[in-house]
Amino acid sequence: MDGLDAAITILVGAIRAGTPLVFAALGELIAEKSGVLNLGVEGMMLVGAVVGFMATVATGSVYIGILASVAAGMLMALIFGILTLSLLTNQVATGLALTIFGVGLSAFLGIKYVGTPITGLKPLEIPFLTDIPVIGPLVFGHDLLIYFSFALFIGVAWFLYRSRAGLILRAVGESHDAAHALGYSVVGIRYLAVLFGGACAGLSGAYLSLVYTPQWAENMTAGRGWIALALVVFATWRPGRAMLGAYLFGGITIMGLHVQALGFEISSHLVATLPYLATIIVLAVISRDATKIRLNAPASLGRPFHPSA
Amino acid sequence: MRYQALRSFTQATNGNRLKVWSVRRFQSRTNIEGGRGLNGVMTPQLDLKEITKRYPGCLANDHVGLTVMPGEIHALLGENGAGKSTLVKIIYGVVKPDAGETWWNGAQVTIANPNTARALGIGMVFQHFNLFESLTVAENISLGIDPGHDLAKLTNEIGEISERYGLPINPHQHIHALSVGERQRVEIIRCLVQSPKLLIMDEPTSVLTPQEVEKLFETLRRLASEGCSILYISHKLDEIKTLCDTATVLRLGKVTAQCTPADETPKSLAEMMIGSALPVTKKPLDREIADDPLLELRSLDLPAADPLGTSLRDVTLTLNRGEVLGLAGVAGNGQKELLAAINGERLVPSNDILRLAGRDIGQDGPEQRRVLGLAFVPEERLGRGSVPEMSLAANTLLTWHHKGQVKNGFVDWAEVVREAGAIRETFDVRCPDVQVEAKSLSGGNLQKFIVGREILQEPEVLILGYPTWGVDVGAAAAIRQALLDLAASGAGVLIVSEDLDELFEMCDRIAVLAEGRLSPARRTGNTSVEELGLWMSGQFGPAGVSDAA
Amino acid sequence: MQYASPVIAAGLTMIAGIALFGALGTDPFLALYTFFVMPLTSLYSIGELLIKATPLLLCALGLIVGFRGNVWNIGAEGQLTMGAIASGGLALAVYGQDGPWLLPLMLLAGALGGLAWAAIPALLKTRFNANEILVSLMLTYVAVQVLGHLVHGPWRSPEGFNFPETRTFGDWGQLPILLEGTRLHAGVFVALVVFLAIWLFLSQSFQGFKVTVAGQAPAAAAYAGFSNKSVIWLSLMISGAAAGLAGTVEVMGTIQQLQPVISPGYGFAAIIVAFLGRLHPVGVVLASLLMSLMYLGGESLQMSMNLPLAVTGVFQGLLLFFVLGSDVLVRYRIRFIRSHQSEPA
Repeated sequence: MDGLDAAITILVGAIRAGTPLVFAALGELIAEKSGVLNLGVEGMMLVGAVVGFMATVATGSVYIGILASVAAGMLMALIFGILTLSLLTNQVATGLALTIFGVGLSAFLGIKYVGTPITGLKPLEIPFLTDIPVIGPLVFGHDLLIYFSFALFIGVAWFLYRSRAGLILRAVGESHDAAHALGYSVVGIRYLAVLFGGACAGLSGAYLSLVYTPQWAENMTAGRGWIALALVVFATWRPGRAMLGAYLFGGITIMGLHVQALGFEISSHLVATLPYLATIIVLAVISRDATKIRLNAPASLGRPFHPSA
Repeated sequence: MRYQALRSFTQATNGNRLKVWSVRRFQSRTNIEGGRGLNGVMTPQLDLKEITKRYPGCLANDHVGLTVMPGEIHALLGENGAGKSTLVKIIYGVVKPDAGETWWNGAQVTIANPNTARALGIGMVFQHFNLFESLTVAENISLGIDPGHDLAKLTNEIGEISERYGLPINPHQHIHALSVGERQRVEIIRCLVQSPKLLIMDEPTSVLTPQEVEKLFETLRRLASEGCSILYISHKLDEIKTLCDTATVLRLGKVTAQCTPADETPKSLAEMMIGSALPVTKKPLDREIADDPLLELRSLDLPAADPLGTSLRDVTLTLNRGEVLGLAGVAGNGQKELLAAINGERLVPSNDILRLAGRDIGQDGPEQRRVLGLAFVPEERLGRGSVPEMSLAANTLLTWHHKGQVKNGFVDWAEVVREAGAIRETFDVRCPDVQVEAKSLSGGNLQKFIVGREILQEPEVLILGYPTWGVDVGAAAAIRQALLDLAASGAGVLIVSEDLDELFEMCDRIAVLAEGRLSPARRTGNTSVEELGLWMSGQFGPAGVSDAA
Repeated sequence: MQYASPVIAAGLTMIAGIALFGALGTDPFLALYTFFVMPLTSLYSIGELLIKATPLLLCALGLIVGFRGNVWNIGAEGQLTMGAIASGGLALAVYGQDGPWLLPLMLLAGALGGLAWAAIPALLKTRFNANEILVSLMLTYVAVQVLGHLVHGPWRSPEGFNFPETRTFGDWGQLPILLEGTRLHAGVFVALVVFLAIWLFLSQSFQGFKVTVAGQAPAAAAYAGFSNKSVIWLSLMISGAAAGLAGTVEVMGTIQQLQPVISPGYGFAAIIVAFLGRLHPVGVVLASLLMSLMYLGGESLQMSMNLPLAVTGVFQGLLLFFVLGSDVLVRYRIRFIRSHQSEPA
């Protein structure tokens, strides 16, 4: 394998490995920008993954599967929303509960589907374009969801910084009391943001079970939901950096595999720790600058809102 | 009442009457007679009838009536907890009344939310600003008005208004970079871009220097002269006398009086407000304070820990034995940072910058400083001065644990409960027992408990941040008296406050904190509101010389 | 009144269980009987109940210290694993030359292993402000992979026919069985000692008071001069050591060797136990018994009714939702009643 080919393979691999993180991180970023910390990303992803897989098996259509994943993610997010936004439970504890519930529920739902084969979503094969050297595989050789993730990124960035709705969302995350006093429905806006986060997490799960490794396995997200949460901090709540970070982590995952393929004697177990160690290191480096976090983090992140006050 | 209002309306609008008249006729399609009835009586801009609002366990508004005429500056007067805030929140649609009618310009209306209020032409400047720190001035103003406007056009409009009403502001600046006075301007402009018919101002002057207050009054008078009604909420009697045409006085949720402030004395206004004469603190007049420094801070330079905070520059102060020293100034000028540095929550760069009774303590933490006799009452009562969901006993242990309450790492709860009981007795904290949670106490009661907790530890020096903020008149008087008694017993007392009246009443010397710098200290008798006001805007030149104590 | 919410939550979980089993087409009452009652019908299974409650209790006791102090260690599973690795490693290192000294030494090594693993998030939090939730969780994945590496590689038993497991520990590397005919081992005593220590710490010690203040009102803690860093260190080290002990008693008592998987999620379930027990040591004892019953119930459902073991996970999640939800409802009811009784000034 010559160097250029290897580089392209790694780059394409990094994008594929990073895409579930892109979805999950963009969704969580919107939720956090509205002031809600949802630690249940992992749980929403798992339920999204298994429900999408079941729907695909039942209908034979990957697209219906993807839609089912999105719906399942939103349903999970709705549970979180009802508890934290309407019943004012602690967001940290409820997010943990959502993940524990999602892990259990997905294992329960998916028990008969372990090992079931499906035909996943395939990369696009555009005649001629995909065959162009370098640019072909990098730009034209992806599956539909990857292109959708690009569009989603542009949409999220535009929404946050160019639209009035995005301005309102940021305002709610900055100070819910002020937003409430100005007549904005803090709870309503946060529900929408949380549901969007759930939809994205569901999509992320769908990418794993229907595209990346088209199969269902218990706990198949393997902590990606948590890495997505770390990515949002890493990105200091900016979509562009979240996207970049996601591909970086995708790259680290892929690199490990390639290093082994090159014949280095490294335990696969130790290679598997790389993304987690990288997350820890990146988190420490970014959080170190308290000023940056203070100026970028939504000021009411994680704080419950009592509309009566 | 109506006639009084009419009279003052005539005074206020003066030459602009015709203009106001035509504007109003244009607005009030709902009223067939236009603005004025056939019998010549004006239609009120706002007329509240029998407004009642009950919260669990308290009647915030009890059949309240309020009439505001067009172009009138109307005061809503009352002490903390009288129901002023609830009433204005009802007018602005933030709170729904349980009963009562709201009439707007002759038509009955229901104001379900702030959007409706704004659509009617009601603007409100809140006491605690509703601004978003990370957004720009223009974005903040955009959020406060109806959608469907162009941000660029709005920016121009902001420029025009700020020039016309003397409210200078840069629309592109982020809020966190603005001073408190500038933030208030943003709030006012946010109302003005919507050409309001009624502007509600909730305690607007507590955050301003005396000079800024003058500027604000000019703006308000100008607005009123253009026909905008102003509802001015305050408990400061002299302000109301200078500014307002009429006043409605609230006490314990009820209207106790309606009057023309110009015809009243501060004493009569105070009696309407609290139902009795103002309590007087007994201050020994012209005390001689010996030059005996207890607390010394020498040229403290401290960069802000919080990127949105204020850095302290070259702050020097001396507090003598038996002295009450006041630090005036608008919040946000380094008060929080200075208090944290003195309490030890933030250590100062070197040990000898801060001295307590001749001993260097700059590198000691709060617990060590407390052992050495430095006590502190912070600004926030709930969440800082006390843990809201802990009992008064546990809250006693919070700062009182270095005098035998903790043995071998374990707490002697019986001892702690005894001390909590002593605080409750001595300082008349009204609660069934010391096992009640701190958050169940009223503001004044809790403040008495916290001040009492610190005083009973017999400190050499007591530092207080805004000690009577939001406290009812009775409790405030008790707290002031306790502080004077403490000073008389030989301790040093340092009070940080925005309330100049309070400082003049209590202090032997007063200094001003502005933009992180401290002015020289003046003997209370040697200074004036005007001088302190000038200093609050930072104009005290390079380091001056303090008066001797 | 404040004890009502766990009871309400357990009741609601039961009702949700009936609905779930009904939807699966199983007789819900037979299923509930199998789940909640059958595990208690023999001496052996009561022994199993205590065995499973032991690591849950140990982890949860540590966690409540942190949760009270607003320090969110959710990596107890990883600290448990590291405790097992540390104590197991010691047993393997002295294999064949052990003596009575090994037993306390393994407990110590296990506690230190968990403590060291929890010290990483403590260090990163106090030094770099890194979120302890994410760091402690990431370290869980790392710990499990490290264990996998060890039992597949360097520590694999030479006599084990290439199975990914270590040798069985020597006699002094195993906790004694307490009750004939059961697997109940002396690990329950370890849990009992830790329970008493944590109870004393939280209710009577000044350090425990500081932790609670830091959790409920961080600004008040700063004002009083309680160092937030020491609260973070203290609570992470206590919870890490307790979780490490949990892993240690699990491998010394129940498994007696290292395997790729030594815990069916005890470290995560302990989070639920902590909340269900209202962050109180006594509550946590009861809650860990209930949670242990849920594990056994899942197994007994699988054996006698052929239902998936994952039912346990679903129940765990539901239970935590219901605890959090009914906690809020109960609290608001109290506030409502109070505010009607006393007139605020």
